[in-house]
Amino acid sequence: MLIGENILLALSGLLANKMRALLTMLGIIIGIASVIAIMSVGNSISTSVTSSMEALGVNNITLGVSQKSTEDTVTSDGRVFAGISRGSEMSDDDYITDEMLEAMKEEFAGSVDSVLLSESAGSGTAEDGSLTANVAVTGVNEAYLEYEDLALLAGRTLTERDQENAKNVVLVSDKLADSLFGGDYDAAIGSEVKIYISNRYYTYAIVGVYEYDDSSFSTESDDNVTTTVYLPLEAARQQNHSSTGYSQLTIVTAAGVDSASLCDELETWFNNRYYHSNDSFEVTASSMESMVSSMTDMLSTVSIAISVIAGISLLVGGIGVMNIMLVSITERTREIGTRKALGAANSSIRLQFITESIVICLTGGFIGIILGLLLAAAATNLLGYAASPSVGGIVFSVAFSILIGVFFGYYPANKAAKMNPIEALRYE
Amino acid sequence: MEKQVTDKTSENAGSSKGKNIIQLKGIIKRFYIGQPNELEILHGIDLNVKEGEFVSIVGASGSGKTTLMNIIGVLDRPTEGEYMLDGVDVSKAKDKELSGIRNQKIGFVFQTYNLISRTTALRNVELPMMYAGVGKKERQERAKYYLEMVGMQDRMTHKPDELSGGQKQRVSIARAMTNNPSIILADEPTGALDSRTGRKIMDIFHQLNQKEGKTIVLITHSNELAEETQRIITLKDGEIIGERKGSAVC
Ligand SMILES: Nc1ncnc2c1ncn2[C@@H]1O[C@H](COP(=O)(O)OP(=O)(O)OP(=O)(O)O)[C@@H](O)[C@H]1O
Ligand SMILES: [Mg+2]
Repeated sequence: MLIGENILLALSGLLANKMRALLTMLGIIIGIASVIAIMSVGNSISTSVTSSMEALGVNNITLGVSQKSTEDTVTSDGRVFAGISRGSEMSDDDYITDEMLEAMKEEFAGSVDSVLLSESAGSGTAEDGSLTANVAVTGVNEAYLEYEDLALLAGRTLTERDQENAKNVVLVSDKLADSLFGGDYDAAIGSEVKIYISNRYYTYAIVGVYEYDDSSFSTESDDNVTTTVYLPLEAARQQNHSSTGYSQLTIVTAAGVDSASLCDELETWFNNRYYHSNDSFEVTASSMESMVSSMTDMLSTVSIAISVIAGISLLVGGIGVMNIMLVSITERTREIGTRKALGAANSSIRLQFITESIVICLTGGFIGIILGLLLAAAATNLLGYAASPSVGGIVFSVAFSILIGVFFGYYPANKAAKMNPIEALRYE
Repeated sequence: MEKQVTDKTSENAGSSKGKNIIQLKGIIKRFYIGQPNELEILHGIDLNVKEGEFVSIVGASGSGKTTLMNIIGVLDRPTEGEYMLDGVDVSKAKDKELSGIRNQKIGFVFQTYNLISRTTALRNVELPMMYAGVGKKERQERAKYYLEMVGMQDRMTHKPDELSGGQKQRVSIARAMTNNPSIILADEPTGALDSRTGRKIMDIFHQLNQKEGKTIVLITHSNELAEETQRIITLKDGEIIGERKGSAVC
C-alpha cells in the first residue's frame, strides 16, 4: 500500500529538483552506461568477429617459423640466465622450403587441401606521369589466387606458366586502373605499370584487372586506398633475392578436418623432422580457431578491466546518493517530525526513504541503460559491426541499481526513522 | 462515514461528565539528563481531562506549555510520573505502540501548520489514513468529507504554498480529524493568524467539540479565546498555578 505512494512521492521529489537529481545520479548513470556499452559492444564484436572469421575459414592453419626460447641456464655460482631468445637473424637454413612442403603434402595428403604461399615485394606507388596510386606488391602462388577468388573485370589471371617462368606480370585492382588509366580496363591490359618501391622503380606488365573488395574496412579515404598488386610468387622472390623458402604460409585444410589437432601434428612433424637440430628456430602452427578464442579471451579481459572502472564509478555514485539522501533528510526534518506526529511508525519512515533512494538509483540506472545502448550503437556502427544489445547486461543493471539504492539508502533512511519526533518538529 | 459521526455526536455532545480520558500524575520533564546543564521544565504536573471536555492552557512563553502538550500527545515521554491515556498506561509503552496511539487517538494541530509542501491539500489530509492502512478509495472519500467540513472543498488540489495561513490551518484541522481521534491537541493554532481568521478557526474547534464530541486541549496566548473554553489552566515555570471555569457551557 505505502510502496506505491512512496514511489510517487519520490518521483515528484525528483521532478521538483531535476538538476540536483541529475547530478546525484551522474555516477550511477556513468557506471551503468559503461557496463551496458561494454557488454553490448563486446557482445556484437564477438558475435560478428566469430562469424566473419568462420566465413574466412576458421579451419585455415597458419604455419610460421619462430624463434625458440631456450631453457634457463644456471651457472655454477647459482646465477640464472633467463631462457630468452638470442635475437639471431634467420639464415637460409631456417626457412620452410619447397621440399619440406612437398614432403608435408605427401605425409598429410588426406588433411591438407592446399598450401597458400605469398611473399611481400614491398609497398609503394604506381606512377604514370602525374597520376599515382598506392599499392602493395605481393607475390602469390596459384593456390593463393584460387583461394582469394578474385572477380576479374578484364584480362586473365596469373597462369602456371607465369609462375614457372617467374614473369613480371601482374593483376591490378580496378581502383588502380581508375587512377592510372581513367577507368579504361582494356587499355590497362597489356600496358606496363611503373611502381616505385623504396627508391627503385619496378616495371610490370598488366595482364588482368580485378574488382577491389570494399567491404574490408580501411581508414584511408577512397582515393588513396592501398590496393594489392598480385605478382607470381617466383617473380617476387627473385625481386627480393630470397629463393630460400618461406617464413610464413597458410594451409587450407580438407573438409571435416579438426584444425586444432592438425596444428599439433604439423608442429610435431616439422620440428622432429627438420628443426630438431636447429638451436634457434622452430615451426609453430596456429589456426583461426585458436585466434578466435584468443580474441574472445582478450575481449573479456578488456571487459573485466572496464567493468572494474564501472564498478568504481557505481561505488562513487552510490556514495553520492547516500550523501544527497542525508542532505534531503536534514532538509525534511520537520516533515519527518510531522509524519511521526501523525502516526508514522519508524518502519514507515525507513521504507519511505529507502524507496526514495531506490527510485533515484533506478532512474539513474534507466538513463544509464539508454545512454549505454546509444553509446554501444554508435561504437558498433563506427567499427562496422552489427549492434547486439546485451540482455544480461540490462537485467544486471536494473538489479544492481536496486541493490545500490538499498545499500546506500539504508543508513540515511535509518537515521530518519530514528529521529526523535519532538526534536524533528522543533528543527528550524 | 457520516453515520458514524452522528452516532458519536449523540453520545458525547456537550458532556463533560464522562470518564477522564487524560490522567497525568506527578509529571516531571527534564532535559539534558546527567549533563551539567540538566534542566527541569515540568515540576510535577497533575492534570485530568474528561472525555468531551474543551480545555485551554495559558501561560507565559517558556512556561512549558508545548512540553506538556508533547507529553499529552505521546510525542515525548515524561522523565517521571504516570500517564493514563484512555485507560492505558502509556509511560511504559513501546515506540511502535505510541505511533499507533498518535495515529488513532490523537489529532495534532500546530501553530506552523506543518503541512507537507510538495503535495496537495487532499494528500496531506490522507496522510494519517495512509499510516493507518486505509484503502485508497475510502481515504479520498474521508479526506474530502473533512475538507468540506472545514470549508476547504474548493481548494483540495492546491498545494500548501498556494493557500493562505487560515486555509492551511483549516487543512491541518481536517488532517487531524481524518482518523476520527478522540482527542484534538492544538498548540497556538491561531498564533500566526489575524483575529478574524483566528475567530473562524476557533469556531471550527467549538463545532468539533459540540457536534463531534471531541476532547480538545488548546494552548493559546489569547485570554479572549481561552475564556471561550470550558476550563482554563494556567501554567507558570513548569507548574500549574491556577485553574478556573471558562464561559463555555458544560
Ligand atoms: N528539547 C528540548 N531541549 C532542551 N530544552 C527544551 C526542549 N524543549 C523545550 N525546552 C525548554 O523548555 C522550556 C519550555 O519550553 P516550551 O516550548 O514548552 O515553552 P512554551 O510554554 O510552549 O513557550 P511558547 O509559548 O513560547 O511556545 C523552554 O525554556 C525551552 O527552552
Ligand atoms: Mg509552545
